Amino acid sequence: MSDTSESADDAGEAPDGGDDAAAAVDAEEVRHVAELARVRLDDDEVEAFADQFGDILDYFEALDEVPETDREEELVNVMRPDEVEDGLTQAEALSNAEETEDGFFVGPKVS
Amino acid sequence: MAADYNLFITEETIEGDADAEGPLAGATVAVKDNISTEGIRTTCGSEMLTDYVPPYSATVVDRLTEAGATVVGKTNMDEFGMGTTTETSAFGPTKNPVDPERVPGGSSGGSAAAVAAGEADIALGSDTGGSVRCPAAFCGVVGIKPTYGLVSRYGLVAYANSLEQIGPIAGTVEEAAAGLDAIAGPDPHDGTTRDLSEVEGADPDASYAAAADGDVDGLTVGVPTELFDGADERVVETVEAAIADLEAQGAETTEISLPSVEHAVQAYYVIAMAEASSNLARFDGVRYGNRADSDGNWNESFAETREEGFGAEVKRRILLGTYALSAGYHDKYYQKAQDARAWVRRDFEEAFADVDVIASPTMPVLPFELGESLDDPLRMYLADANTTPVNLANLPAVSVPAGEADGLPVGLQLVGPKFDEETVIRAASAVEDR
Repeated sequence: MSDTSESADDAGEAPDGGDDAAAAVDAEEVRHVAELARVRLDDDEVEAFADQFGDILDYFEALDEVPETDREEELVNVMRPDEVEDGLTQAEALSNAEETEDGFFVGPKVS
Repeated sequence: MAADYNLFITEETIEGDADAEGPLAGATVAVKDNISTEGIRTTCGSEMLTDYVPPYSATVVDRLTEAGATVVGKTNMDEFGMGTTTETSAFGPTKNPVDPERVPGGSSGGSAAAVAAGEADIALGSDTGGSVRCPAAFCGVVGIKPTYGLVSRYGLVAYANSLEQIGPIAGTVEEAAAGLDAIAGPDPHDGTTRDLSEVEGADPDASYAAAADGDVDGLTVGVPTELFDGADERVVETVEAAIADLEAQGAETTEISLPSVEHAVQAYYVIAMAEASSNLARFDGVRYGNRADSDGNWNESFAETREEGFGAEVKRRILLGTYALSAGYHDKYYQKAQDARAWVRRDFEEAFADVDVIASPTMPVLPFELGESLDDPLRMYLADANTTPVNLANLPAVSVPAGEADGLPVGLQLVGPKFDEETVIRAASAVEDR
């Protein structure tokens, strides 16, 4: 459940102590996070997001007041026998792909 | 009429079983466009999925058509469910049939507006932080957010899995409850659904429609001060009058306190954005969805595809979610949000030791004017103050019309203990009886 994606693990600059630092976000940070999330942004979007993220993260700061709380999750594993069932046909699975070849998805070039 | 309000993204029909008997036989149902329909495009209100045609239907769609209901169309919504007004849709905003200058609420705005405009008897929405209850309140109709695990999410395009449930919207409590009767129940395709015969205290033979009998004699209603503080005075007056009417019908009211809910919006948005950033990673233009014309390598191609395909609010949430989960910030935001979630859940559990249901305004505000809140995301998030605690605590809730203020609908929210849908439905039916 708390599986952070591999790309998020290398986010870099950790907050330095954090307590007194206001949650200001600069354009560089927005660009960095956008790169991690694989979302290209134009310069106007970067500017607008930097302002908005500052406000929103300031508001999230109030979470600091939340006491550490016991988390009694009533979670159980849900298991079933590993039996072969009908699923999508290959044609159905490929039906929404932009590009296919010989029954495979075609992705963008790797490098 | 339908076109004037921009209710539907796609108007196509899936015929219900003509031999079915029961309350849904011959009924019309509108389905939010993030719920998969085999052979009918399912866009999630996004440019990314304008041409996506699911090869299978969601469990809830099959259950409705098997019960005799006919699907009449796929309704407009905030992109991927991310919004409180239905204005973030790539297909343009939906107008509120009560007042076309105003938003219908969101994110299931097309669904609530379709019911309010008489285009469908019942509509399905999805509720991650209030997305069924908010538009029900703003459009003057009834919306039910079921207990987490009561209704299958198989075929619902995921936004924040740990929070969301599909729920029915209708003109009356009884009709909405009949919709819930049809869609509720365990599904082998969704491991988070529960079999009520295995849930302590739950009634596996519950008939939700039959619970809409208006009998609140002896019912204890908790009124939490925190969910009235800061709400628009006109909303508070209308809701208090509706609660007084419940008292006149034999219910007992008692003031309660839920101190944790002051942190619900913060916790909700951190968790929802974190889950969204992970869920929406799948939209890379390879297996489905629109792909940008790119000469770049796969990282560049994905980034361009996602730049083109996602609107501003979706990008905002993906980026903030990525930020909140990233090294150095994970403990500060995500862990604290999970603490807050556990605290909210405990607060409600303690409250339900003394009361049967908890009543509050559904929305602390009257419906926004179109365009009013779009440039101020934080203001839009704060409007979810009363609905998000319910998702954090996995509880059932109903929004039922409490009356009008300045000619605009006001919703009353009733929250119950886990899997006690019957009690909130019973209380809601008494509100509409008055």
